[in-house]
Amino acid sequence: MSDITPSQTVGPFFAYGLTPKGRCQWDPNGSYSWKETVSDNLVTPDASGTRIRIEGRVLDGDGAPINDAMIEIWQADAQGRYANPRDNRARPNAKFKGFGRSATDKSGVYSFDTIKPGTVPGPGGKPQAPHIVVCIYSRGMLRQVYTRLYFADEASNAADPILALVPEDRRGTLIAHKQAKGDMSVYTFDIRVQGENETVFFDV
Amino acid sequence: MTLIFPKESLQVFPKHLTPAYRSTAKRSPSKPLIIIPHTLSELTGPVYGHDAVQDGDNDLTKQHKGEPLGERIVVHGHVYDEDKRPVPDTLVEIWQANACGRYVHNVDQHPAPLDPNFTGAGRTVTDKNGYYKFITVKPGAYPWGNHHNAWRPNHIHFSVFGHSFLSRIVTQMYFPGDYLFPFDPIFNSVTDEKARMRMVSSFDLENTIPDWALCFRWDIVLRGREATPQDNDEH
Repeated sequence: MSDITPSQTVGPFFAYGLTPKGRCQWDPNGSYSWKETVSDNLVTPDASGTRIRIEGRVLDGDGAPINDAMIEIWQADAQGRYANPRDNRARPNAKFKGFGRSATDKSGVYSFDTIKPGTVPGPGGKPQAPHIVVCIYSRGMLRQVYTRLYFADEASNAADPILALVPEDRRGTLIAHKQAKGDMSVYTFDIRVQGENETVFFDV
Repeated sequence: MTLIFPKESLQVFPKHLTPAYRSTAKRSPSKPLIIIPHTLSELTGPVYGHDAVQDGDNDLTKQHKGEPLGERIVVHGHVYDEDKRPVPDTLVEIWQANACGRYVHNVDQHPAPLDPNFTGAGRTVTDKNGYYKFITVKPGAYPWGNHHNAWRPNHIHFSVFGHSFLSRIVTQMYFPGDYLFPFDPIFNSVTDEKARMRMVSSFDLENTIPDWALCFRWDIVLRGREATPQDNDEH
C-alpha cells in the first residue's frame, strides 16, 4: 500500500479561502479582503492567441445544479507550451500560467476567461488536439474527478490519441461548443457528474 | 529527476461512492473511469512560488484588529513525494472553522458564534526543505446534516499542489485522539488504517511555544516518485 496522504472532500465552505471573488456565496459585508491566489481569468497582458470564455453548468445525478463545486483548469498557451519546468520548450508567453480556479454560482454555473490552447505533444510524439484539463471538487466528492475539454471547431479531435480511448458514444461529453455572444468566443461545457450523459472522467 | 505517478498509489484514496457519506450518492460517477496514459498535460502542473503569498498569509490569528478566541496552535511539517524527498516551493492553502466550530461562509448558519477576529483562511509556500508552518486556533467540532447528531471531528482543510497536476490534493488534517473519529463517515471513507492515521497530526511538545501556543506536526506525502530502470522497461 502506498504512503501518500489520502484525499478528503473539499466540503461546502472553501470559497472564502480559495475562490473569494465573485463566484461564491460568501458575503463578508465588505469586511473581508483576502485576495485570491488563483483567479478564473487566465489572460495575461503578454499572452498571444484567441481570447475565449468557457462557461457551463455542473449537474448531479438528478440533473440538479451543483452550486458548491470548485473547478480548476490546466492548459497550455496558444503555442502549446505548459508553464512548468517539465515542458522545457521555449515559451513566448512568459507570464501565462495556464491555471485557473472558479466556483459554481447559485445556478451551478462556472466560467473562465482564457486563451485557446494550442496542440501539445502526446504519446509516441503524436500531437494531441487542443484541450484543457478540467478538475472538479465538491461536497459529496471525496476525491477530485478529472476530465478534458476539447473544442468542437477543431478538426484535429479526430486524430487525438486520448479521445480515441473514449467510447465513441461518450466522446460528445468532452466537446465544448462555440456560441456567438457579441465579439467574444464563448464555449459551453456542461459537466454531468453522474447519470444520463455523464461526462467522461479519466482514471489518472 | 523525472517523476512518474503510478496509479497504484491511489489505492489508499477513498472510493467516490461511500454510502455512509450521503451526498456522494448523487455526486459520484456511475460510469467507468477511462484509463489514459500520462501525457505532458498530466505530468505538468501549475507552479506558484513565493510571489504568490505575502508575509503573514500563514498567520490566521493576525488578520483582523484583535486576536481570535481559542487555543492558539502552530501547525507545521513537511511536504514530501513518495520517495520521501521534500517538495520545495509548493503552495499550501488552508481553511477552517473558528474555535466554536463555525465557518464564516454564509451557508453555515448553525448556532455557534462567529468570531469578529477570525476568518479562517491561510496560505504559504514550502521552503527549500519542503517545510511549511501556520499559526491559527484549534477549530471546533462542526455539526452537519449527514445523519442524526452528526459532528465532524476537529479538522483543518488543506489544499496542496506538488510537482504536477496529478500530485494535487485536497484533504483534511485531524487532531490526535479525537473522540469523534469512530463516528465520522468522511474520515472513515479511507478504509486502510495506516492511511487513515496519516491524516492525523501529532502533538509536537518540543515545538510548543511556552506561554504562547501548542504545536501539531503534520507531514503531507504527495503522489510522485522517481522512475526506476524497471519502470522504463514496462513501456
